[in-house]
Amino acid sequence: MFRNQYDTDVTMWSPAGRLFQVEYAMEAVKQGSACVGLCSQNHVVLASVNKAASELSSHQRKVFRVADHAGVALAGLTADGRVLSRFLRNECINHSLVYEAPLPVSRLALRLADKAQVCTQRSWKRPYGVGFLVAGLDETGAHLYYNCPSGNYFEYQAFAIGSRSQVAKTFLERRFKGYKDYTPEQLIKDALSAIKETLQGEKLTSSNCTVAIIGQKADGTIEPFELIDAKKIQETIDSMEAAEAAPTEPSSMQEEGRGSDAAPMDI
Amino acid sequence: MAWQQAMGSHAAGGSQAPPAAAAGGGETQRTQYPYVTGNSVIALKYKDGVIMASDTGASYGSTLRYKSVERIKAVGKHSLIGASGEFSDFQEILRYLDELTLSDHMWDDGNSLGPKEIHSYLTRVMYNRRNKFDPLWNSLVLGGVKKGPKGDEKYLGMVNMIGTHFEENHVATGFGNHLAIPILRDEWREDLTFEEAVKLIEKCLLVLLYRDRSSINKFQIAKITTEGSTIYPPYSLKTYWGFSHFENPAQGAVGSW
Amino acid sequence: MSSIGTGYDLSVTTFSPDGRVFQVEYATKAVDNSGTVVGIKCKDGIVLGVEKLVTSKMMLEGSNQRIHSVHRHSGLSVAGLAADGRQIVSRAKSEAASYEKVYGEPISVKELADRVASYVHLCTLYWWLRPFGCGVILGGYDRDGPQLYMIEPSGVSYKYFGAALGKGRQAAKTEIEKLKLSELTCREGIVEVAKIIYGVHDEAKDKAFELELSWVCDESNRQHQKVPNDLLEQAKAAAQAALEEMDAD
Repeated sequence: MFRNQYDTDVTMWSPAGRLFQVEYAMEAVKQGSACVGLCSQNHVVLASVNKAASELSSHQRKVFRVADHAGVALAGLTADGRVLSRFLRNECINHSLVYEAPLPVSRLALRLADKAQVCTQRSWKRPYGVGFLVAGLDETGAHLYYNCPSGNYFEYQAFAIGSRSQVAKTFLERRFKGYKDYTPEQLIKDALSAIKETLQGEKLTSSNCTVAIIGQKADGTIEPFELIDAKKIQETIDSMEAAEAAPTEPSSMQEEGRGSDAAPMDI
Repeated sequence: MAWQQAMGSHAAGGSQAPPAAAAGGGETQRTQYPYVTGNSVIALKYKDGVIMASDTGASYGSTLRYKSVERIKAVGKHSLIGASGEFSDFQEILRYLDELTLSDHMWDDGNSLGPKEIHSYLTRVMYNRRNKFDPLWNSLVLGGVKKGPKGDEKYLGMVNMIGTHFEENHVATGFGNHLAIPILRDEWREDLTFEEAVKLIEKCLLVLLYRDRSSINKFQIAKITTEGSTIYPPYSLKTYWGFSHFENPAQGAVGSW
Repeated sequence: MSSIGTGYDLSVTTFSPDGRVFQVEYATKAVDNSGTVVGIKCKDGIVLGVEKLVTSKMMLEGSNQRIHSVHRHSGLSVAGLAADGRQIVSRAKSEAASYEKVYGEPISVKELADRVASYVHLCTLYWWLRPFGCGVILGGYDRDGPQLYMIEPSGVSYKYFGAALGKGRQAAKTEIEKLKLSELTCREGIVEVAKIIYGVHDEAKDKAFELELSWVCDESNRQHQKVPNDLLEQAKAAAQAALEEMDAD
């Protein structure tokens, strides 16, 4: 199991200029169950797979509200994730305490990234073992960021993390170019489809996934972070499955959604 | 963070410990009165934005010591600040705001602090300093316009040395609060043109010039719209001192006049 | 002397018998593997350019920023670990801000480079830290005109006419040497930098990249800022054209 002598300490560079401890922390993200995020001009959706540790236990929550205008989904060590979620909430609260305005999402993601970086440069610390999808709204619209344990962060139109996220990414990569103009309903549908890909045959139901949305209407009214209720998720899943069962009309379903004058969802 | 610095740095010299008798036996002193002060600032919303005016005088006690100081400044892209009260404290506040807007600008992420946020920040700074019994001795007026999700949003508010703050369609500090506000309440309208707004503000300035002994006849007007801010060069107003009440103020008065 | 397996390369506080600090050299490797970063000093200002490698097509343009403003008149471009670079950027920002607070004037580029270099160097002195995995090119404009500095993970900082870091640094340096920097304006400079970045980009190894360009010059009012979009597009087009011409030859 011992790979080399350079991989036991975050403060040790390998001869090739790599930081193995950080790379291993990134592996921890892949162990967690999958999360996806999708972003249109004014809405952003987060979705996650819920996995219970045993038949008798509940599942870990993986999607958290940070503020009205921001939320996160996480994969990896959820214990680390909760600490960082609290940090994010504090940052948002402190900002609104001083400025009476929401903290821009890009700066929220940046502070998280800077906090993560510090843990990669101190011998008495370890990198956080959790990947974050940070979603939110600010004056430039809806945004989705991926923050990883290395302290890097990137902005995406759509992204997936966690176990078997590659299939979800492949699904999203085929479709992300249109996401800018998607309605909230379409985003949710694609989020569920992407999540479904990662389940590998396991049945997708409202009880093994969580979906959240943040957005604003065309007139600028904020629709704050909201976890979508199980009934609505189940309805969406059912309609998706019905569409699959009747393969003659899959495209018309989509056309319908697109053509319906993009009525923002009332939630 | 910038705001925490702003709240603490002025006092950092000697007031880490609580006031009274510190451990070293020395007493800490805080600002107990102002030295160089500016007087009224008047501001109001008009059709396209916010207009602000003040004279350019600053008094040393009751001496009209400085006659050409600017008490209205631009803050970032979307705001104007006007100040009455201790001039050095105002300069310190400008330094805070400069640092704040610079670091905000450097993120270069499409987000920027608008007048509402700047006003809120000032509010916290002023109230914190008052709670340390070391106030910044000013009344500040903050006005601005910023594009919001629902179109252009005009903003006008003020905050004073004890942290009291509010938002209004027209505000005035110092003597202006007594002499200009009644006029503004009578004559202010939402749809004033810039010319009308200038006229109205000049009317207020003239009343202040007549009745506030520390005001001087050199005024500066500034405006801010979505296009940005403009601070006009100082100018004087025409005065007429021949009113019979000015020549014989005690005439017809009751009491000790 | 070889480093691996000797035990002299495990800590930043260990010298090897021939007087080298291998951990710092390893950190430099992280910089050498990064996308190319170029900075040139033209007659009227500084141009910084970065070949930002894009790992996913779903990533948005402008994400993972590699050039940052650190004060009104100076900017910093990062090669190597972007996360480490941001740490240097925040230090540079606070140094610049505190200098201005104390002295009432903007920090000179030399002073800023010195202070940033000291910070980078600091991380090579303690066993409980690791050296930064990034090198930075600092460009700025002060009363002595435009200046360019490069700071490496070891903490050394030199002033340059033109500097390059990352994968394509050798080729980039060769190209920079061909330029007549004393006659070049920044407007021409951005095209040259774009050409260099496009030229050193290795299509076979890294597919997608984004060109990030900034300048601080008379034309930008001596403010450090992103190169305006229209000029950026022109520079990209010129670089693309030059590249195709080369391929045709």
